[in-house]
Amino acid sequence: MVSKLPRHDMPRQDALARRNNFQEVALGYPLEMAVQEANRCLQCKKPKCVAGCPVGVDIPQFIQKIAEGEFLEAAQIIKNKNLLPAICGRVCPQESQCEAQCILGAKGEPVAIGRLERFAADYEISQGCCKTECQAPTGKKVAVIGAGPAGLSCAAELARSGHEVTIYEALHVAGGVLMYGIPEFRLPKAIVQKEINGLKDMGVEIKVNQVVGKITSVQELLDSGYDAVFIGTGAGLPHFLNIPGENLCGVYSANEFLTRSNLMKAYDFPNHITPIKVGERVAVLGGGNVAMDAARTALRLGAKDVYIIYRRSRTELPARAEEVENAEEEGVKFYLLTFPVEILGNENGNVKGMVCLRYELGEPDESGRRKPLAIKGSEFEIPVDTVVVAVGQGPNPLVTMTTKGLALDKRGTILVDEETMATSIPGVYAGGDIVTGAATVIQAMGAGKKAAASINKYLATK
Amino acid sequence: MYTVVKKRALAEAIVLLEIQAPDVTRKAQAGQFVIVRQRHNSERIPLTIMDFDRQKGTVTIVLQAVGYSSQLLTEMEEGDSLLDFVGPLGQPTEIRNYGTVLCVGGGVGVAPIHPIARALKDAGNKVISILAAKNKDLIILEEEMKAVSDEVVITTDDGSYGLKGFATHGVQAVLERGLDISAIWAIGPMIMMKSVADFTKPLGIKTLVSMNPIMVDGTGMCGACRVQVGQETKFACVHGPEFDGHLVDFDLAMKRSAYFRQEEAIALQKHKCQCQKEGN
Repeated sequence: MVSKLPRHDMPRQDALARRNNFQEVALGYPLEMAVQEANRCLQCKKPKCVAGCPVGVDIPQFIQKIAEGEFLEAAQIIKNKNLLPAICGRVCPQESQCEAQCILGAKGEPVAIGRLERFAADYEISQGCCKTECQAPTGKKVAVIGAGPAGLSCAAELARSGHEVTIYEALHVAGGVLMYGIPEFRLPKAIVQKEINGLKDMGVEIKVNQVVGKITSVQELLDSGYDAVFIGTGAGLPHFLNIPGENLCGVYSANEFLTRSNLMKAYDFPNHITPIKVGERVAVLGGGNVAMDAARTALRLGAKDVYIIYRRSRTELPARAEEVENAEEEGVKFYLLTFPVEILGNENGNVKGMVCLRYELGEPDESGRRKPLAIKGSEFEIPVDTVVVAVGQGPNPLVTMTTKGLALDKRGTILVDEETMATSIPGVYAGGDIVTGAATVIQAMGAGKKAAASINKYLATK
Repeated sequence: MYTVVKKRALAEAIVLLEIQAPDVTRKAQAGQFVIVRQRHNSERIPLTIMDFDRQKGTVTIVLQAVGYSSQLLTEMEEGDSLLDFVGPLGQPTEIRNYGTVLCVGGGVGVAPIHPIARALKDAGNKVISILAAKNKDLIILEEEMKAVSDEVVITTDDGSYGLKGFATHGVQAVLERGLDISAIWAIGPMIMMKSVADFTKPLGIKTLVSMNPIMVDGTGMCGACRVQVGQETKFACVHGPEFDGHLVDFDLAMKRSAYFRQEEAIALQKHKCQCQKEGN
């Protein structure tokens, strides 16, 4: 049977070479390999994988098309449900979503759904097509605040339904975390812009440099003729640890570190003028995907030693296994069951080291993970020159604090009806990190899509 | 595109740029700032607003050429455009009738003091402004400040104009008259703001300073602009840029501001080399 074939590894740049460049690590399936991998799919009558996809892509159908060599059709099938497949194929945690449900995974390895999605999307981009058809104009106008994953997916769905959509983006370029957060070597910015251009081709207008909450407000947007508003403003103020020395020079939030490198292209200094500084030894605090991105970026910026410092053990690392593996292959070292209590500085106010404590794991806490307990008297020093704090962030406050009547929870995230993504203000919807707190790209896209469906219903009644 | 509609040289290496940005102008208030990006490879630079004209739809900023990016901005001419112009950002100054207030501007810090003094005057305050600079040639916007103040006091380090001494000497001279000063705004180089705050702290006079730390996005996402204010870490872009001068840790702020000085020098050097090549 075809399914006995092993899952095909995706070719990747050699670990030693790639730690010195910012080019994409994963190279994508070549055509023949994609067809072979597609042939592993059992084409289940009742496919479980589809249920595992937050946006419900018809997975067996598109894989079938790849197996048949109909790559453009495969891309179209994906795009029926997800208009940003080249992005999702790269950054979705498929191992815990669609691929986790694949029947082949019970006894062997699941079909590489994510890699196939990426293949189909990249193939379509390489062929320079295809425009997504939109329904006849409805005459309804929707404002989308934030051009990140939630806003983009919401805008795409609304445009497809025939509404006139304008996205208000605070930064000078659309994409949100896809541009400022996720590094070039994991998600090339040219790919992001090509998928965003697809939205523009559908008639979505993107206004950059528009900080809603400052230059205009949700109420003003509603008053100025928009029939509905979607808020997808995403991440806000980065969290720090409240330990001494956190404001020393050389302590970055992961957001700052990655924004300098990704959005402002500081890795190409001085051709790009925004600077970034890494010392020989860099400590990244935290164990999520953002921490892995920061650690791998630090290596590429020339750091000799990069440490991931994490309070719990390897099992609890929240990052994708694939990212942990990539980081390790490239030479990132892991200090597990360890966390700093103080950052030390020299006379110029620059970081020179950290005082850390060792931890052991106790009983599971409310998150279900075993709680880290500090071991008394276990203080030790690690000499480092740069510290990157990657322990999450709160919701962005600029829209929420200027919108009267918008119900928030105590963390400052927007309260919505989980079925409809409707906020406490009629006609105003929200989704993504501004609702859930820090989560994944695909969860935000799923929320944007769900909101678009509700906005469609809402507009039909207006 | 955000076009420079007027350029005026105010002093050596200090220029005023009036920029067409009607949307920003509509909402701009005293104490707020903008972020500009000149070209595709430029930094995002925070600049405090010097003036805004809602009828013309322009925002005015004042720049001193110190590093690469500010050098390039001062080289812009009328008709040139900025790629990005974002704002108005940060919290506006809390304007109300305090009574008699001092507005102290040091060097190019006079520019951001200007709209604050005007708004305070409009709110019914008696506004005494103090303009401080190294020497007479570096005193800027004197006429504009006179127009929005009840009185203007000038100090220069070398005594070439007005009182001889620093901004604090100007503050001291005014306080010695026995006036009841309700609040002071002090904007300028970090060391000047620190001196004024140190001077007024024992006197118990409310003193506000405007911090201009290193920023990247300027919209509350990156945390580069954090300032230690008392026991708290504040983000200048969303909580500021104005803070209680008696609580700001200026020593730390000065060190943080200097963190990329080496890189700034590299960029400036590269620019000078390019200019020489083009000149040949």
